[in-house]
Amino acid sequence: MKEYKTITEIAGPLVVVSGVSGVSYGEIVEIMLPNGERRKGQVLDVSMEIAVVQVFGPTAGISTDQTTVRFLGETMRLGLTTDMLGRVFNGLGEPKDKGPRVIPKEKVDITGLPINPYSRELPNEFIQTGISTIDGMNTLVRGQKLPIFSGAGLPHNQLSVQIARQAKVRGTGEKFAVVFAAIGITHEEASFFMRDFEKTGALENAVLFLNLADDPSVERIITPRLALTTAEYLAYEQGMHVLTLITDMTNYCEALREISSARQEVPGRRGYPGYMYTDLSTIYERAGRVRGSKGSVTQIPVLTMPGDDKTHPIADLTGYITEGQILLSRDLHRKGIYPPVDPLPSLSRLMNFGIGDKKTRDDHKGVADQIYAAYANGRDLRSLSAVVGEEALTEVDRKYLRVADEFEKKFVQQGAYEDREIERTLDIGWELLSLLPEGELKRVKKEHIGKYMKKQSKA
Amino acid sequence: MASKKTDAGYIQRISGPVVEAYLPGARLYDVVKVGNEKLLGEIIKIVGQTSVIQVYEDTSGVMPKEPVVSTGEPLSVELGPGILESIYDGIQRPLKVIEQQAKGVYITRGIEAPALDRTKKWVFKAKAKKGDRVKVGDILGTVQETELIEHRIMAQHEGKLEALDSGSFTVEDEIGKISSEGKIHPVRMMQRWFVRKSRPVSEKFPPVIPLVTGQRVIDTFFPIAKGGTACIPGPFGSGKTVTQQSFAKYSDTKIVVYIGCGERGNEMTDVLTEFPHLIDPNSGKPLMQRTVLIANTSNMPVAAREASVYTGVTIAEYFRDMGYDVALMADSTSRWAEAMREIGGRLEEMPGEEGYPAYLARRLAEFYERAGRVRCNGTEDRYGSVTIIGAVSPPGGDISEPVSQNTLRVTKVFLALDASLAYRRHFPAINWLKSYTLYADGLSDWFAEKVSSDFTSLSKAAMALLQKEAELQEVVQLVGPDALPEKEQAILMVTKMLREDYLQQNAYSDLDARCDIKKQYLMLKLIMHFATLTNNALDTGVQLKKIQDLPARTTIGRMKEIANLADFDKLHRDVEADFASLKK
Repeated sequence: MKEYKTITEIAGPLVVVSGVSGVSYGEIVEIMLPNGERRKGQVLDVSMEIAVVQVFGPTAGISTDQTTVRFLGETMRLGLTTDMLGRVFNGLGEPKDKGPRVIPKEKVDITGLPINPYSRELPNEFIQTGISTIDGMNTLVRGQKLPIFSGAGLPHNQLSVQIARQAKVRGTGEKFAVVFAAIGITHEEASFFMRDFEKTGALENAVLFLNLADDPSVERIITPRLALTTAEYLAYEQGMHVLTLITDMTNYCEALREISSARQEVPGRRGYPGYMYTDLSTIYERAGRVRGSKGSVTQIPVLTMPGDDKTHPIADLTGYITEGQILLSRDLHRKGIYPPVDPLPSLSRLMNFGIGDKKTRDDHKGVADQIYAAYANGRDLRSLSAVVGEEALTEVDRKYLRVADEFEKKFVQQGAYEDREIERTLDIGWELLSLLPEGELKRVKKEHIGKYMKKQSKA
Repeated sequence: MASKKTDAGYIQRISGPVVEAYLPGARLYDVVKVGNEKLLGEIIKIVGQTSVIQVYEDTSGVMPKEPVVSTGEPLSVELGPGILESIYDGIQRPLKVIEQQAKGVYITRGIEAPALDRTKKWVFKAKAKKGDRVKVGDILGTVQETELIEHRIMAQHEGKLEALDSGSFTVEDEIGKISSEGKIHPVRMMQRWFVRKSRPVSEKFPPVIPLVTGQRVIDTFFPIAKGGTACIPGPFGSGKTVTQQSFAKYSDTKIVVYIGCGERGNEMTDVLTEFPHLIDPNSGKPLMQRTVLIANTSNMPVAAREASVYTGVTIAEYFRDMGYDVALMADSTSRWAEAMREIGGRLEEMPGEEGYPAYLARRLAEFYERAGRVRCNGTEDRYGSVTIIGAVSPPGGDISEPVSQNTLRVTKVFLALDASLAYRRHFPAINWLKSYTLYADGLSDWFAEKVSSDFTSLSKAAMALLQKEAELQEVVQLVGPDALPEKEQAILMVTKMLREDYLQQNAYSDLDARCDIKKQYLMLKLIMHFATLTNNALDTGVQLKKIQDLPARTTIGRMKEIANLADFDKLHRDVEADFASLKK
């Protein structure tokens, strides 16, 4: 083990150590402060004599003369075992609850290796979340990464907890293990999650990593990777189906920007580093199913869009990597609708693999497409009728208006503890479609109109 | 291409994917092996005795003073039988072989995997004869690589063919000899080519044949030419990838090279799962047999992503040289540009616009310039083409950013994807008012000859209606639809039919996913005929409401699902009969 007392520069979260040798890129270091405190860090740049170390934690108290830097000779690794289930860790993977020490079965590099695209299995198993706007219109499948795009003050926490509570693959009875990563959220929010997990008994099957708002921001770079390393272990080594909740990715990106600016890198859009896309992909791409393993990693990251702006770099780059997004709308929230999922800009790219006959129901795609088109049309007409008045609209147009209103009230709106079966969701869809003339229903198959619509009108 | 003495040196500095090494005698763009794990890299800058290397693999754990060895050769691809049906990473390592070597689902480091199988034997049939004078590019013989594609082995040297054997050989076996100026060159099925250098051609021609994609909105309104270039910019969720995949599946090209550049892993899995089951309508064989996939997903090393585009286009050019039409899809070129930006940033280069390197425009132009319809090298007349279709992912969907703008300057077809169309599930979400093609004039002769003499005029008339609709919609926004005169309301009715019954196409429907060009014509003709009849009927005093309720409208609404083109005759008669009944 190599120890140095040769810190030459300290700037923000970065420390420069000179006169080093045999240091490798990405190596973990331990920094011992004069007062005996220990902090961890990682080598970001190394040349023949100089190593630049990024410190996880505050750099306050580090001095150039009395601080010792010890290079540990290995990259950041996490000890893994199934005993981690039911436990709470801090943002660096140290136990935070009062439970016993965790004795790891194996230690794994937390950056993870890219999954060979050839070794992946296509995600195609329908996950029923019991939430109509997701199941019916933006279906989640096992192995998907589907983020929630939210805004400050919107109920994304309730929604993600509801998904964690209700998510199941029908007919299998298999439960999900939940890996939860809190990145820079407040104590209050964290305890909301903890309480809910405890109350519903989900905690036994969960591993929690908590980096809270007052924890060092540099730790936030590590926390999601610990969570995903754990998730991959549980999924691919232990054959479990893992649902990974990560909240809030906006804090992660802020931390990334902080470090980048401390390193004086050329900034990209809005000061975020140019490599943020690549960096985010090394988190989001750690979802999926792989050949030769029963398990799967499904990811639901949450991010709050600054200014509700979908084109903000954080949301934008996320949307380009993930397989769709669930977008929460302030308008719907103001109308008192929960969950305020706006289906129009929401999307699940893997939906078509997980729906249809034998998976959900044969009419699923047609109904979803038809409702999409009808609701989009209804929303356009709403703004038109605000200008010209409802009387100036044609009869068919007025029907569309009605569908849009009913859609929000009956289809989108549901209780925080209401777990809707997919059949119920689709039946509500048919109720809405029955308000329209049959000639307008071009997206649904003719035989489905006969099969499902009649049932509705009788009911 | 002769490799010179390999040089050895050692690492001086590591910063992410960029490594500096003491490496005297190194040449720019030579491939090097870095560190004890022999990670692959490429020299991108030389300062004195120090080489700056971009490494194609993760550099965690690598230390200064570890060895660096130059291979003495620039980054090149292996060309020969065995390329088709493969799935490669950005530097042409077969992912299948990586899986076997890594013994797991992850891509571990330092794997060396030859692009072409060295042990597989191919049946080579000689076409040229001993004693023939051959030129570079002449076809010496063929290998039936897949049931769909005959792989043509081309001469790499000019001279006299001293020997050539038919038979079963591996790609490295010597199958003949060419003598020129006293030197003897062995003939092998495999050749190597530097990826950053375009393969030579005899002559380039203007594109006059359309790439029929089977997508109505494109073939009818914004046709792409074989040998042309097109770009598809759009925000996330607007259907870039689905559109690119539709091209790969349904376009009438001989070879498809699909580059997944910095995109999603599960998307590549989708392609890999689906393509072997897709059947080529002409031959009845799986489409995979004509396809080469290059997958460098977003979380795979960024330097290899930078290389993936060059790897893909070099393979495309190689098949073009055999005399084939090749379509190359790059999804997405923005990720490629970002890879350049990331590496440029690590090199501490002075950035241009939005942090992109100043050479972004040149690199993009160079890449698209490798497209074209050409007369191939060689004695005999042989024509081939490379069509490049690049997806662009502008931040926030705003195409005023550098990658979109520099791409628009060099590409001739612009397919504008529109999020608001995608929201209402209008797919393909190509905005017909913003998109354009510069090939329309050059291709009109082909359409007149192969489809119908009035195809181009019909398409122009339909587009005029759609443009009129946009104007009328502005009025409707102010006064409501009922305030328009009946003739204008009729236009809105017809354009709604055009949008829903023609422009919209269901990529998930067996019958509609690919629309034959003849069927496109018949469909368009029917709608436009309906428009004319509507106009005439209104002139004779028929109420628009009556026309709107005609049963023919519903049948037209379902014409996408018609399989037998002869049925259109009946449909045509039905429409006329419907209108005739109005007059009574």
